[in-house]
Amino acid sequence: MSERTNAQPLVKTVDLKKLFKLKGGALLHAVDGVNLEIYPAETLGVVGESGCGKSTLGRTILKLIEPTDGKIYFEGEDITNYSVRQMRHKRRDMQIIFQDPYACLDARMSVVDIIAEYMFIHHVYKSRAETYNRAAQLMDQVGLARRYANAYPHELDGGRRQRIGIARALSLGPKMIVCDEPVSALDVSIQAQILNLLMDLQDELGLAYMFVTHDLSVVKHISNNIMVMYLGRCVELCSADELFANPLHPYTDALLAAIPKPDISLRGKEQKLIKGEVTSPINVKPGCRFASRCPFCTEKCTNTDPEFVEVTPGHYVSCFKVNNK
Amino acid sequence: MADERTDLILDIKNLKVIYKTDMEVVEAVNNIDLRIGRGKTLGLVGETGAGKTTTALSILRLLPAVTGKVLEGEIHFDGQNLMEFDEHFMHAIRGNRISMVFQDPMTSLNPVLTVGDQIAEAISLHNDQLSKEEIDKKVEDTLSMVGILPKRKSDYPHQFSGGMKQRVIIAMALCCEPELLIADEPTTALDVTIQAQVLAMMRELRERLGMAMLMITHDLGIVAQTCDDVAVMYAGEIVEAGTVEDIFTGERHHPYTVGLFNSIPNLDSRSSRLKPIPGLVPDPTNLPKGCVFSPRCEHCTEICRQQRPETVTHGTHSLRCHLFAEKKEGGAAHE
Amino acid sequence: MENTTNTTAAVDNSEFSFKRASQAKEIWRRFRKSKGALIGLILLVIIVGVLLFAPLFISYDAAIESDFANVLAKPSKEHIFGMDGFGHDIFARIIYGGRTSLTIALIATITSCLFGSALGAIAGYFGGWVDSLIMRTLDIFMSVPDILFTMAVVVALGANAVNLIIALTLAYFSNYVRLVRSQVLTLSEQDYVEAARAGGSGNARIILKHIIPNAIGVIIVNVTLNVAKIIIYESTLSFLGLGMPPPQPEWGLMLSEAREFMRPAPHLLIFPAAAIVLCACSVNLVGDGLRDALDPHLKS
Repeated sequence: MSERTNAQPLVKTVDLKKLFKLKGGALLHAVDGVNLEIYPAETLGVVGESGCGKSTLGRTILKLIEPTDGKIYFEGEDITNYSVRQMRHKRRDMQIIFQDPYACLDARMSVVDIIAEYMFIHHVYKSRAETYNRAAQLMDQVGLARRYANAYPHELDGGRRQRIGIARALSLGPKMIVCDEPVSALDVSIQAQILNLLMDLQDELGLAYMFVTHDLSVVKHISNNIMVMYLGRCVELCSADELFANPLHPYTDALLAAIPKPDISLRGKEQKLIKGEVTSPINVKPGCRFASRCPFCTEKCTNTDPEFVEVTPGHYVSCFKVNNK
Repeated sequence: MADERTDLILDIKNLKVIYKTDMEVVEAVNNIDLRIGRGKTLGLVGETGAGKTTTALSILRLLPAVTGKVLEGEIHFDGQNLMEFDEHFMHAIRGNRISMVFQDPMTSLNPVLTVGDQIAEAISLHNDQLSKEEIDKKVEDTLSMVGILPKRKSDYPHQFSGGMKQRVIIAMALCCEPELLIADEPTTALDVTIQAQVLAMMRELRERLGMAMLMITHDLGIVAQTCDDVAVMYAGEIVEAGTVEDIFTGERHHPYTVGLFNSIPNLDSRSSRLKPIPGLVPDPTNLPKGCVFSPRCEHCTEICRQQRPETVTHGTHSLRCHLFAEKKEGGAAHE
Repeated sequence: MENTTNTTAAVDNSEFSFKRASQAKEIWRRFRKSKGALIGLILLVIIVGVLLFAPLFISYDAAIESDFANVLAKPSKEHIFGMDGFGHDIFARIIYGGRTSLTIALIATITSCLFGSALGAIAGYFGGWVDSLIMRTLDIFMSVPDILFTMAVVVALGANAVNLIIALTLAYFSNYVRLVRSQVLTLSEQDYVEAARAGGSGNARIILKHIIPNAIGVIIVNVTLNVAKIIIYESTLSFLGLGMPPPQPEWGLMLSEAREFMRPAPHLLIFPAAAIVLCACSVNLVGDGLRDALDPHLKS
């Protein structure tokens, strides 16, 4: 992390919060005070289980969801309170790839029209022909044969549909893309093709990714830094190698232990299982969010919020057990 | 040899299943052989559309009545060929001696009945002589077996989380102590930490009840941690089968199996690029003439394009690939 | 631009062309595939053609001038559908009645659909107080029986074609508000709507480009059903004396006049009824075909 200390982060959030008001006045803490930085041409992996707020976080950064509190900076510019109109210009720089390659494409539009849509919205080119030409180039770039240009999404398989989504996200020449579980709906062999494509595009175009996923092996493969989320909070943040070599938070530890590994030498060995399930994110009480499942929980954990501190250079954790050392 | 036969709880021979509509014929399962020993777990691995679920549904004879059709083959369960029996007989088998757990815990439970009622129904279906109290007792036993407090039997499915629902479904499948449990991607819809809990529970119950299991999954990690034997399925064929040791540590593998392993990002060593299998799964209405994997195979030769390979067996390990055909020396082949 | 992926089979760029069949051409290609739709379309073209060119072969006078010598005459060479109780030629009355009936029905359907869909789209998409305002106002409209409401409008404004259209529009638009609103509610949850927003689409573009096209199938089926309903509704109004003023020919009016002579002269009833059925059927067939043609899922 040292080599880019002077570089300005592309995206930075300060204490970002998104609370959803439910019927009856209850508050759902989807994102609860997240600080993160994404640097140009790097990938920040965001892992966590369903309901931890990772997808909401991605959408809030893009301001597809309005944040409740905190700040979002893009290239040093505070975009937190940008209006829809102001955000329109920023959309060229910040894009998103969706999880479900079936639902994210309008079934009534042909492939080339889907890819060209953003360019039409922003009047990137003067003529239709130029726009379609660029769309065709994008199809080449994402490895989609041009003969599918006039096809409709439902005629294609999941992998090709995901390529359409990627081409669309690239069409405005973004600097950063939020990838919201882009491979979890795909079969392993197709998943590997898409991961390779995303990494190639990053090398070639210098893109920054925020890669949201629940799959730890995928996130390790693609990320420079990884952030582990639990119930709207960031519990651990460090480089990918450091996280797997030296997980400090008990939740990260449990998460790593829970992955079934394709290695039979580990068969029958005692697994470090954590008990219980994710507690409700509605009207949460103060204290560590993981306390109810944590094998090291003390009284302090259930009363006070642990701070998010840098325990070793570049390795941030919020846990009393680690912080006190 | 005769001894070995009676050790099998399930023996599928030469099964061929098609789905036929007015427009097209889908060759879903093409002449596969599968065997599961008593108390053993077989992992059936493959990607979407490989024919895994079709195989499972054929065992229970639950293929869609209008389109699905078993063209050839025998399915021996505990020595009886299930294909020879009528629907009435199958009713007695399903849920009682063979149970199935489906992938989606959200839609497999009836939302307007309590969890206890649903388990009670499954029990009374096959035990009509039990009294109400006995059934009640059994419902509570079953729930505590899967780690759910018995008092929650009067709750409705929506009051349970996804992991708990999958436990309830497993409880329903196990309440009659089946000899064979078919689990179709039982943990795919669950989070990793919950998946680990459910898998650990399934392993423990398998030991306790001594049942055999057919574990359908796309996750090689789950196979490595839970199965005794593995069959790798591709485009309706079993391309490689053997014990977990054969598949995970053996020397020789089908190119598809190799491709599957290369596609998983490795947690231990970090390579910059994955080596995925090029191309896509073939269209099941129009399978390649020779080896089904030949269009995507890097070792493909002329014979692969022309001729369907035979299964070559070495001890417990069998492969369906021309690469290994010349090593066919006698003895090891079955029979 | 260089192809960056080694992961797919070679990308071939040869077969790409910008010669995209225009949207309309594509829809027509799919529409043609359904026999029912084609039959419906042909029928509809014939009906409209006959009604349009009627003045060339039969005069309006035959429809409104009484020939008392031939009252209730059976179909014959001179009067192929026979004569009615006032000695009007039934064929002529069907033709000229159809011109008014169909014109009013079509215009009323289109206006009610446009008005209702627009309101429904606004209510569903924006939600909140806009939604409440529109839906509560609609509740008030719907609490008054349709027929009473229409009668009130016609009585207040006077019976003529324009006022009939206004009355029918007000009676039928509420269907579309509810229908389109529920469609919009479901569709605006879809990922592709969020994708459009992520690309910088404004609300109007999202509604017009993504939501309406995806809701159009359901709307069209409703439209075609409503054309038939409105034809019959008009008849009801005419029957109550609130339709087009007699002796102007009108299908509903013809039906109600025919009631008296049902037994001695059933042809008075059969021919206008057949005309209504024929129209309604052909419109429905075309509607079904159109719905399928607009949905690329059913392309092949």
